Amino acid sequence: MTTDRTYAKRRRALTGTIGIVLGVGALITAFPFLWMLTTAFKPQRESVTFPPTILPEAPTFQWFQMLFTELDFGRYLVNTILVVLIGFIGLMFMAMAGYAFAKFEFRGRRWMFFLVLATMMIPIQVTMIPTYLILNGMKLTNTLVGIALPTLVSGFAIFLFRQFMTTIPTEMLEAARLDGAGEFRTFWQIVLPMSKPILAVQIVLTFISGWNSFLWPLIIASDQKLYTLSVGLALLNQQLAVNPSLQMAAAAVMVIPILIVFIIFQRYVIQGFALSGLK
Amino acid sequence: MRNRLTPYLFVSPAMLLLITFGIFPILVAAVISTTNMNISAFADWNNVKFIGVDNYTKLFADPDFWQAIGNTGLFAVFGVPAIVVLSLGVALLLNHSQSRFFRSLRAFYFIPAITAIVAISLVWGYLYNTQFGLLNYLFSLVGVPQVQWLSDPLLAKFSVALVAVWRGTGLNIIIFLAALQGVPKEYLEAASLDGAGEWKKTFSIVIPLMRFAIFFVSVTTTIAWLQFFDEPFVLTDGGPLGATTSASIFLYKEGFRLNQFGYASAGSIVLFAIIAVITLIQLRVRRADDDY
Repeated sequence: MTTDRTYAKRRRALTGTIGIVLGVGALITAFPFLWMLTTAFKPQRESVTFPPTILPEAPTFQWFQMLFTELDFGRYLVNTILVVLIGFIGLMFMAMAGYAFAKFEFRGRRWMFFLVLATMMIPIQVTMIPTYLILNGMKLTNTLVGIALPTLVSGFAIFLFRQFMTTIPTEMLEAARLDGAGEFRTFWQIVLPMSKPILAVQIVLTFISGWNSFLWPLIIASDQKLYTLSVGLALLNQQLAVNPSLQMAAAAVMVIPILIVFIIFQRYVIQGFALSGLK
Repeated sequence: MRNRLTPYLFVSPAMLLLITFGIFPILVAAVISTTNMNISAFADWNNVKFIGVDNYTKLFADPDFWQAIGNTGLFAVFGVPAIVVLSLGVALLLNHSQSRFFRSLRAFYFIPAITAIVAISLVWGYLYNTQFGLLNYLFSLVGVPQVQWLSDPLLAKFSVALVAVWRGTGLNIIIFLAALQGVPKEYLEAASLDGAGEWKKTFSIVIPLMRFAIFFVSVTTTIAWLQFFDEPFVLTDGGPLGATTSASIFLYKEGFRLNQFGYASAGSIVLFAIIAVITLIQLRVRRADDDY
């Protein structure tokens, strides 16, 4: 009895200590973002003074206004959203491929899946020049499709879909087929709804990678009308190195939407990874 | 007949894109690497000449290339263990309790991983700023004189890598947390009954059961460091004096700034070969490990 109680006490103390360590670590990890937010509301003079002020003394909203009125961030925002939407088409393709690898026997399956895994280790910098030449040949430079296309499917995502979909009972699929459902209907009405956990992970990852994509928009879009937020932000870095407040406001415009999406979905993301066989 | 075609209908859109933008470009790069191709090719394809292995000979004699390869190796040697140990440690601690407080802490550790590198680099560039940056101010409070975060060649490597480690842990923490959910509770309860403490349970049960996740994270983290690009690109543009030029930055500069497509392609084929060899070694080690 007493040992139980001392054990529980020791355990509580341990949990408390770990909680404090993690709390401090979390604050340090998140600190650059807090700094970004407070600076975004500072007048320019305040953001370049030394010693730095922690909170803005005369908070202002002017930098956010300036981004959308004087700079073209409204347009960049629309472009970024379009790139993300195109990414969701790629998501459908990857789910379909993962399903085929998981549930069908077919000639060429082994080497095709090997190719899928092999692409995971090929750095974009290796394929960058040829891909640029290929897109140039397809007359897709300076288009949003050209920006989205090279990264539309990823080996990693197909791998995760396959891992998850192998766990779907084959009998369910057979039953649907016996009821006369076509292959695509089976996929749409049985496989996809059963794959919700992994879909949630992939939707979040697709959103993140589309939203943050940088290298391809930078290379493919020479027309300023096609810039995404990340390219617009990188240019701001070069042009206005003396106005951190404006830069931090722009960074905040990029960071906050993704934070909201992630905070809503993070539970599903961890669950989805857990169920996908990464044990 | 319909049934035989079905799997191909399902895989073809993804496979087509993967082959066009993942596999085929490597073959194209291999071909281009044997030519003198540069920007003049866009004006007239007759400007492209076959030059055999000249690009490779030139590459192996280029000190900038070796510096970039050396930097990349250094980043990987220090960066991989740093990220794996740090994210495994944080995941184990986060998994210690399922209380609301612990679960809400998770998001803090994930945010660096999910936010755009351009935004992140701007924020860190501001923190590292020598004139009005916060880090130097904090250091000055404890009497440390001005630190040249990004302009001292040795320190710049560290500063750039620190941002990458900070950013690299988030996704791996998620993967480790997911793997931790797969550790059977019965094992831990049995060990507790046998009198094993937290420490012993972690090292003799939990970590061995997470072997696959640790292996997976090590491989993907190694590949990520070998492809290291975004942080030095935005923070230092590879400087000072090439101290933070990774292999990828070297390729980008040769390819898109200097328009030496043939030369850069030769470099990319070498990088590809290095990554392939290291991945194969890791897989071989893993297989040997499985035999036990």
